[in-house]
Parts: sequence; structure tokens; C-alpha cells
Amino acid sequence: MAVVNWFRKHVIAIVAFLIFFFLLVPNFVVVWMSFNKPSGKYNVKWEKFSFDAWKNPLDDGILHDPLMLSLEIALLATLVATVLGTMIAFAIVRHSFKGRGFVNSVLFLPMAAPEIVMGTTLLALFLNTFGVSFLGFKSILIAHIMFCVSYVVITVKSRLNGMDPMLEKAAQDLYATPWQTFWRVTFPLVAPGIGAAALLSFALSFDDFIITEMTAGNSVTFPYWIWNAVQKGIPPQVNVIGSLMLIITLAGIAVAEVPKWLKTSKAH
Amino acid sequence: MSAPALADEAAEAMAAGTTVAELRADKRVRRRRATLPYVLLAPGIIWLVVFFIVPMWSIVSTSVETGDMDTGFVLSWRWANFGDVWSQWHQQIIRSLEYSLMCTVFCLVLALPLAYFIAFKAGRWKNLLMALVVAPFFTSYLIRTLAWKTILADDGWVVHAMNTLHITPLLSGMGWTYSDNSVLQTPFSVVCGMVYNFLPFTVLPIYTAMEKIDPRLHEAGQDLYASAWATFRKVTFPLALPGIVGGTLLTFIPAVGDYTNAVMLGGPKTKVIGTVIEQQMIGTGGNIPYGAALSVLLMVGTLVITLAYIKKAGTEEIV
Repeated sequence: MAVVNWFRKHVIAIVAFLIFFFLLVPNFVVVWMSFNKPSGKYNVKWEKFSFDAWKNPLDDGILHDPLMLSLEIALLATLVATVLGTMIAFAIVRHSFKGRGFVNSVLFLPMAAPEIVMGTTLLALFLNTFGVSFLGFKSILIAHIMFCVSYVVITVKSRLNGMDPMLEKAAQDLYATPWQTFWRVTFPLVAPGIGAAALLSFALSFDDFIITEMTAGNSVTFPYWIWNAVQKGIPPQVNVIGSLMLIITLAGIAVAEVPKWLKTSKAH
Repeated sequence: MSAPALADEAAEAMAAGTTVAELRADKRVRRRRATLPYVLLAPGIIWLVVFFIVPMWSIVSTSVETGDMDTGFVLSWRWANFGDVWSQWHQQIIRSLEYSLMCTVFCLVLALPLAYFIAFKAGRWKNLLMALVVAPFFTSYLIRTLAWKTILADDGWVVHAMNTLHITPLLSGMGWTYSDNSVLQTPFSVVCGMVYNFLPFTVLPIYTAMEKIDPRLHEAGQDLYASAWATFRKVTFPLALPGIVGGTLLTFIPAVGDYTNAVMLGGPKTKVIGTVIEQQMIGTGGNIPYGAALSVLLMVGTLVITLAYIKKAGTEEIV
């Protein structure tokens, strides 16, 4: 009976734990398979432990160009999308203007459209206006900025909405000019939201495949390289890069969360 | 400025109890305030209009072109392209809808308990657990999808366990897999990969909606002798409904167009409409107008389904 009661009390926790397991297991498999030494070209089955892939993470330089292209595009797209999206978020939260409904739907639709639709529509635009030669770095960058802006807007908007407007009023009461109020009060308070938006943009751009494939022409980004390599066999080096990305993310979460967690546990 | 206008301005300033110079400065500030939002909006919104709205027109015009790869395509307003693509690929269209619907249902079934647990039971672990839900995003999703090939491999322990529990014959009996001792290259493995990839999109909006619910409402439900299940059904679920609508849409819409899971975890019998579009637009298919026509069908189809669903669910607050 005690067992049954315990189970009933914790059933939701058990289910949640199993779902977390489902969500996180592939990440562990990615890390685990990075230490594999496959005998053939397919790194799907575990065979032998080795550090070979970690010692040579770019696979003799094969991965250098796709990784650099992805990083370059992700950095530029993040920069432009964060600036454009932050400006829009300020306009929406802090100002009144005509055409709010139109602005909201233009921002919402890119998040609600299937990726393949965005990719093919952009490809049609580029082919009809500029021709095939336009496809490459420029067209990928344009596409990535396009789909990142909306995510920046919602992230910065929620931070702005959660801010106390009294703080800005107080600054004005203390004779700060609008410019001073913005840079000394508003911006520092919104900065974490802008930072989160930039991180999200970077992740979205770096990882994007479908829209990129449609607009890439002959350029090959890191995800596109993986896609092409699936048939030929993915080297364990790809898992090394995947593992490094995961480690950096988890370290980021730890840096952001552990101090807060320690603070609350001391308070208890 | 003419003399009468100047006189008017002076009268206005006198009435407001200020000087003409102050009145002018005030008007300048107000004018600047009125244009500022448009200055802030313009660059981003123009970018989205040019590279998101205008391309919609481009794809429609491309979808009614005729020609071939060698001689090029010309706009001939051949609407029959739509009939052609439907009769040639309706099977793949229907299959995509089936897969994405199954994916959405399974995601919802998994997301509800997960979001509920994090929102109401996790206490100070809340943020950390939400971070773990999105953490997988930060490793390339193609690599993570490939990991399922290892997990679901024929001689892996997952398939062995499913064999022992007699789940594999059940799956093949339902037509989700094709044999009793293998699950890869089947609708089962494809939908499994899709559920895995889209689950965070379902969880996030549901969690956001649940987190806003006052936990005292649950206590009130219990005080009124409602069972845990009744409290969930009568209190939590209706209050979380906007999040549920948002989450299922954010799952269903990208899932319809997805072809990465179908290609990486599926086989020849799991070809979806995204693959057909990909092949026509940039691959070996080589008929760009056909690819464009399929995209237009997909675009209009998802839009109609989305609007009907929002209307039925009776909520407009989806973001």
C-alpha cells in the first residue's frame, strides 16, 4: 500500500523525469559517439573507444570552411537582427502609432510559417529578381536576419513589459535628459533581454538548415555539410563539435543559474 | 509664415500662457515624438515586408510558369500546374499531414505533464529545468536527429527491450513499422524524431501559460473536494488553453513542412511533401514551378488550418 501511495504522490514527477530522459538522451549519445572509432564510414554503431576525433576536431580541415561560414553568418545575422528587433520592440512597447495590427501580423507570420515555405518563397524572389548568381553568402544572410527579427522582438518586448516605468519617471524628475535617461536607466535594465535575444538569434541562425538549403546556392554551411554527408557517412568529428556546443551551453546555464540557486538555498 | 498665421500663433501662445518660442519648441518635440516610432519600426518592418511578404507574390508568380531547366521558365499563367502537382503528389501531402498531426498529438500528451511539473512542482528548480528543456537546441538538431539512428538501431538495446515487451509486433500490426525486429526507416521512427525535435516548441508556450496560474486556485479546487484530475480538467486546462493553442500551432506548422526527420530516420516509403519540394526547387526534380505550386498549396493549407483552429479554440492570444 505504501508503495502505491508513494507512486500516486509522485507519478507526475516520474513522468516528467522520463520525458526529460527522452529529451536529453540524444545529447548524451552525441557526446558518447564522439569517442567512437568507427571501422567503416558510418559512425552509427559503437565500436571502440578513442580520442582520435577530439585530437583532430576539424577532420584534417574538412570542417573548417563550413564552420567558419556558419559562424560568420550567425554573427552578422545576430548583430543586424538584434538591432532591428530591439528598435521594433521599443516602438511597440513605448510608443503609440498607426498600423499596430499590421506590424504585429508581419512579426507573427514568420514564426508561424513552415520553414520550407519561407525558403522557397525567398528562393523564388532571388531567382526572379537577381538570378542564380546572387545565391550564396548574401542570400543566406538576408534570410537569417529575416527569420531572427521576430524572435528578438518577442524576447526584448517581454523584458520591456516587465520593467517598472517609474524608474524612468524618477530619472526625469532628477532632470535627466531623454538621452541620459535612455542610456543610464532604460538600456542597462533592458540589456539582459537584448543579450538573451542575441543568444537566441545566434543559435537559430547557426543551426538553421531548411531555409539555408533553399537560399544557399553553392555555399555550404555547417548544417548543410552534415546534410550532404549523411549519405556518405558522418565522421565522429561532427559529434565532437556538437559536444563542444553542448558543453558551452551547459556552462552558460550553470554560470547564469548556479549563483541564483545558491542565493535562494541560503535563504531557506 | 504669413502675418495672420503669426498673429494666430501669438494668440495661441498667450492663451496657453507661454511665449511663442516655447510653443514652437513644444510643437517640435511633439512632432519628433510622433515620428520616432516610425523611425524605430521602419528598418525592421521594411526588411520583413521585402523578404517575407513580397516573396509570397514571387512564389505565386513562379508557380504558374512553364518551361524547363535548359531553356528557362517563363510566366504563362498556367494554373493547371496546381492540378498537376496534386495528382502527382497528393499521397505525400496527405502523409505529411498525418505525420505532423500525430507529432502534434504526441507532443501535447508529453508537454502537458512536463509543463505542469515544472510550473507547479519544481519550486526553485523551475528555471534550471526550463533551461534543460531548451538546452538541446544548442547542439545542431541534425546531429541530434542522427543520434536517433544509433538509439533505434536494429541491434540496440531499445529495440531489444521493445521486442521483449512485445511492442514491436504491436507497432508493425498497427502499420507504424514494417517488420517485427526493426523500427528504423518507418513512420514510427520518423514521428519519433519529429516529436523529439518539436517537443520544446510545445512545452514553452504551455509552461508560460501555466506559470501565470495562481496555485491558490488549485487549493480552492481541492477545498471544494475536486479530485486532482478534476482540478486539472476544470481549472488548469482552461486557464492554460491559450498556451496549449499556441504550443500545438508552433508544433504543427513547422512539422508539416519538415523533411529532415523523414529523410534521416525514414526510408523510401516515408517520403513527405517537403522532400518533393526540395527536389523540385533545388534538386534532381528540376521543375521549379511545380515546387513553387506545392509551396503555395502548403502555405495556403497551413494558413486555413491555423485560422480554423484558432477560431474553434476561441482564442486570439497566441503569442
